[in-house]
Amino acid sequence: MNEQKSISYWRGVWLEFKKDRLAIISLVLVAFLLFVAIFQDFLAGNKPLVLIDSGKYYFPVVTNHKDLFGIDIKEKYINDENSFSIFPPVKYSPTENDLFNVLSPPSADHFLGTDDRGRDVLARMIHGARVSLSIGVVAVGIALIIGLFLGSMAGYYGGKVDFVISRLIEIMITFPVFFLILTILAFTNPSIYNIMIVIGLTGWTGVARLVRGEFLKLRKTTYVEAAAALGGSDIRLMLKHMLPNSLAPVLVSATFGIAGAILVESSLSFLGFGVPPPDPSWGEILSQSQKYVDFAWWLVLFPGIAIFLTVTSLNLIGEGFRNAIDPKLKEG
Amino acid sequence: MNKDNIIVKVENLKKYFPVKKGIFSRTAEYVKAVDDITLEIERTKTLGLVGESGSGKTTLGKTLIRLLNPTDGKIVFDNIDITNLNSRDLRPIRRDMQIIFQNPYGSLNPRMNVESIISEGISVHNTVPKKDRKDYVLDLLGEVGLNKDVINRYPHEFSGGQRQRIAIARSIAIKPKFIVCDEPVSALDVSVQAQIINLLESLQSTYGLTYIFIAHDLRAVKHISDKVAVMYLGKIVEIAESEQIYKKPLHPYTKILISAIPEINKKSKLEIENLSAQEIPSPINVPKGCSFHPRCPIATEICKKEVPVLLDKMSGHKAACHNV
Repeated sequence: MNEQKSISYWRGVWLEFKKDRLAIISLVLVAFLLFVAIFQDFLAGNKPLVLIDSGKYYFPVVTNHKDLFGIDIKEKYINDENSFSIFPPVKYSPTENDLFNVLSPPSADHFLGTDDRGRDVLARMIHGARVSLSIGVVAVGIALIIGLFLGSMAGYYGGKVDFVISRLIEIMITFPVFFLILTILAFTNPSIYNIMIVIGLTGWTGVARLVRGEFLKLRKTTYVEAAAALGGSDIRLMLKHMLPNSLAPVLVSATFGIAGAILVESSLSFLGFGVPPPDPSWGEILSQSQKYVDFAWWLVLFPGIAIFLTVTSLNLIGEGFRNAIDPKLKEG
Repeated sequence: MNKDNIIVKVENLKKYFPVKKGIFSRTAEYVKAVDDITLEIERTKTLGLVGESGSGKTTLGKTLIRLLNPTDGKIVFDNIDITNLNSRDLRPIRRDMQIIFQNPYGSLNPRMNVESIISEGISVHNTVPKKDRKDYVLDLLGEVGLNKDVINRYPHEFSGGQRQRIAIARSIAIKPKFIVCDEPVSALDVSVQAQIINLLESLQSTYGLTYIFIAHDLRAVKHISDKVAVMYLGKIVEIAESEQIYKKPLHPYTKILISAIPEINKKSKLEIENLSAQEIPSPINVPKGCSFHPRCPIATEICKKEVPVLLDKMSGHKAACHNV
């Protein structure tokens, strides 16, 4: 007993999660995607990472330099022997048109080809990752806040509060969510933020029902009763005793939720209601491919793979996570 | 008896649970878990509370400390009427009354380590300054017989007996005056039961605690109780000094319970044994008159019609029976 190392709940979950190889691979993939999303400007862009011109150092990606203003750096320096510059691996900005190179297939110059305005597809995909992921995370964050609040109120207080919130959830569920989102977006300005908010505002019902059920169950446990006997306030019981014990299934559903939100954003962009141009998004690249699908296979394949892999990885992580928190489920 | 000597005083306490039926959830009937109980508990003494499952003893214990709200009646704790206090006014009083639960596997939050479990009460009431809390918890661990290096462990790493010790440490951390011990040993191994009871007794003498000790058989409370009350279907049927009730049980139900204690060389067992075979009736449909009459070996006509009152049959020995 004395030798044994103490294991907290979350550490136990991680040890269990580690056993699922697919989930670990997925986690690495999503981590890579996060890396791409965070460092997008260092991976794709038409400004050099470092530029040395006549003894002066410039870092155009990080800061704006006055004396470079108005100069087409790429044109001027890329083959200039008197200066030294390091460009990002993809030397194109996602919004940089090149009308002489429209719809060119993958090549050494454009790794994943160009679209109908000559924009580099890889550059657009790298910059689209941040859009897709942030929409997924922020939308699910909004849904979690609403769902956790309403679900815990309904489950903790029961009675009339529960009745009202449960009916509200049922009303929300009866709406065909995707068409509701389309309708709302048709009346509002197209922007990333509106998409995040709309997906979040329509996606909280699952979390709310889950939390309500957990709270109903936990309200009856002896340790919550013991905390009440010690004089703990309602808020203390909810935040310290019930929320931590209901969080694991909520986080599982949040992982699935992020995957779902990314898919919804792609669908919206595909239908032309999504991220407004010229901002890139995976769904938006796909929607362009509609017109050229007979020959421009690179416009279909690469963003398609990106969406597929991201959504699948997130679902596999959610799956592994769910198995890790409930070992009984795995046996059945 | 001096009035100040009474820590808990209960008058005509009732706790009914509605049973809902039908599509409109109308309340069709009630479970009378606690039905018109009047009781006094003396300071620093232990009242044993005995009865079969379903007799309402746990409900009584929880209602006494307002974990459940009474349907009717009056609860006076430490000379304060707490019957209708709201949760905010009740909070300072909760410092003085605690409960130890039957199941030590369910009573500890699995996400909290020993330190935060035990210091829960002192952080709610802020009785110990933050910097001293760890030392305070370490002292308590020693007091309940646990090793000091368990402070960072989680509940799943402990045995039932150890968990119950943690639960006891959590209860005494806020230095209460009164503790409801709700079958604190019945989920434990027999070998551990005695240790826990001894621990409870030594804590009682150290801190001058008052206990209600709930158990489902008389054997368990015999050792620790000063007074014993026997409950049957929400009512107290007999209450007396511990010695008295074992030597001279009056109510036929108490006699059956005592005969159920397994003992070597028992003679009087056979005469009432076959009468106790019946199940306890549902607390929804309590028999008319004396609720015990269908199982009673000495029942007469009056028992089917009139509810017997808890009366002094001998000095300080009360029983609710028409025929003793």
